[in-house]
Amino acid sequence: MGGGFATLLYKEVLRFWKVGAQTVAAPVLTALLYMLIFSHVLEDHIKVHDIPYTAFLVPGLVMMSMLQNAFANSSSSLIQARVMGSIVFILLPPISPREFFAAHVLASVIRGLVVGAGVLLATLWFVPLTFAEPLWILAFALTGAGIMGGLGMIAGMWADKFDQLAAFQNFLIMPLTFLSGVFYSIASLPTFWQQVSYWNPVFYMIDGFRYGFFGVSDSSPWLSFAVALGCLLIVSGITLNLLERGYKLRD
Amino acid sequence: MTAAIRIEQVSKRFGATQALDRVDLEIGQGEFFGLLGPNGAGKTTLISALAGLVKADSGRLAVMGCDVQNDYGAARRQLGVVPQELVFDPFFTVRETLQMQAGYFGIARGQARDAWIDEILDNLDLTSKANANMRTLSGGMKRRVLVAQALVHRPPVIVLDEPTAGVDVGLRQALWRFIRRLNEEGHTIVLTTHYLEEAESMCTRIAMLKAGRIVALDTTRNLLSRPAVRMLRVRTDACLPADLGAGPMQEDGWWIFRFENFSEIETRLARIRAAGCTIVDLEIGKPDLEDVFLKVMQEQEH
Ligand SMILES: Nc1ncnc2c1ncn2[C@@H]1O[C@H](COP(=O)(O)OP(=O)(O)OP(=O)(O)O)[C@@H](O)[C@H]1O
Ligand SMILES: [Mg+2]
Repeated sequence: MGGGFATLLYKEVLRFWKVGAQTVAAPVLTALLYMLIFSHVLEDHIKVHDIPYTAFLVPGLVMMSMLQNAFANSSSSLIQARVMGSIVFILLPPISPREFFAAHVLASVIRGLVVGAGVLLATLWFVPLTFAEPLWILAFALTGAGIMGGLGMIAGMWADKFDQLAAFQNFLIMPLTFLSGVFYSIASLPTFWQQVSYWNPVFYMIDGFRYGFFGVSDSSPWLSFAVALGCLLIVSGITLNLLERGYKLRD
Repeated sequence: MTAAIRIEQVSKRFGATQALDRVDLEIGQGEFFGLLGPNGAGKTTLISALAGLVKADSGRLAVMGCDVQNDYGAARRQLGVVPQELVFDPFFTVRETLQMQAGYFGIARGQARDAWIDEILDNLDLTSKANANMRTLSGGMKRRVLVAQALVHRPPVIVLDEPTAGVDVGLRQALWRFIRRLNEEGHTIVLTTHYLEEAESMCTRIAMLKAGRIVALDTTRNLLSRPAVRMLRVRTDACLPADLGAGPMQEDGWWIFRFENFSEIETRLARIRAAGCTIVDLEIGKPDLEDVFLKVMQEQEH
């Protein structure tokens, strides 16, 4: 990869870092609020997999924040640049579709990890956590954020207006992340909703990620990882194909 | 020698609009070339196709012999484009913007890069704004930064899509001095503008585009010597035959006639004399590019 990739990655990271209050601090605060409210309401009543509810909740919230922010990063970067027209600055140079893809996805992963780490650090103050299998934690964090970074690119290329992007976010990303077992174990769901959850790829990302902390989960981490990896390949393949065809960028 | 720009049979359609219709154009290295045409003629579309911002439906385009599709890396490295739209990235300062742009072209950080950026800033009178955020610049200054961004990788071929729109007189002259110097140093310059006197004084060769087709392509000198609509100004002792086809009388007894052939002058003057009027003063306007342009565009109507 040439200098174009490194610069584009640097620019994408700088872009969110310069407005860190909005792109990092705000999502950390949101996650903390979820945490306070749900743990206040449910802590005394529920244990999941024999884990106190607050502890159970933390990895789910961390992963959800990572996924949402990885998506937000690439999608908002692309749609802003397209709407403002400044996208030409990265279309005129000899940046290949692969470099273009890699820089945007990697920046999204970095934003996801920064936000995720922020949520984790903030919650560690009042929730003791275990880190049973850190490699799984890392593996799911990277694949999950990578998938969402890629999906964000697709949405950012497809949407012509900000409200179309918001629709993509509200009708696809939000339901998928909320209905994925962030706030509960799907074992507690009625059978029908359990079956539905097994079709939600985000469920596997959160379940696998949680496995890394507690060593227990609803489904096997290997299965979850296979699903996550499969999703990453599919999303990456589609994104690269769109970029190579110049979909909406070089029409 | 390879052509700086070679465009062969390029067509592009947007929905019902035929933006480009089998355009053929070859521009040699070191030329100062003008691309003229009314709004919507297809100038920007042609430039976008050349820069890879738009995919042509058919035909081939090459920059310094490098195909813009198959060999896009090399083609883009040879090309600097100043876009028509006033676009900017609000997150960065002027200097960051330029450093970033250099980076996209794979130019490593270092003294050479920074010295060239300083030189561009100086030539475009932007030095005092180097650390200002893009958002805080005036429209004309943003335009200058766009020019700077196009030059940051020292491209041999530079395309400027209306670089002087909204730029004040002082900078316009400074900009042209800078562009002319780059041309003298061997850079190929392609320019679109609606200020035809600019094109007339700067460009050695000109293409006129209308509705996606090239309707005139010649050296500026040849274009100017084409029979075009010229202007005859006559001052009489305030009387004039009514059916002579002059416009309304101007101040001080001046009348204006438009003509294409000099033979038309003689008949007009003869009729003025025959009507018993006396000619006090007389001027023949030299045609400028604007006259030629209007004539070429008019001819296309029929
Ligand atoms: N992205 C697009 N979608 C649809 N139509 C387009 C698009 N871009 C250009 N056109 C149309 O193609 C034609 C040529 O436009 P173009 O911008 O190339 O003209 P131009 O010669 O640069 O005009 P101007 O002097 O106003 O800049 C116009 O009719 C324009 O409306
Ligand atoms: Mg234009």
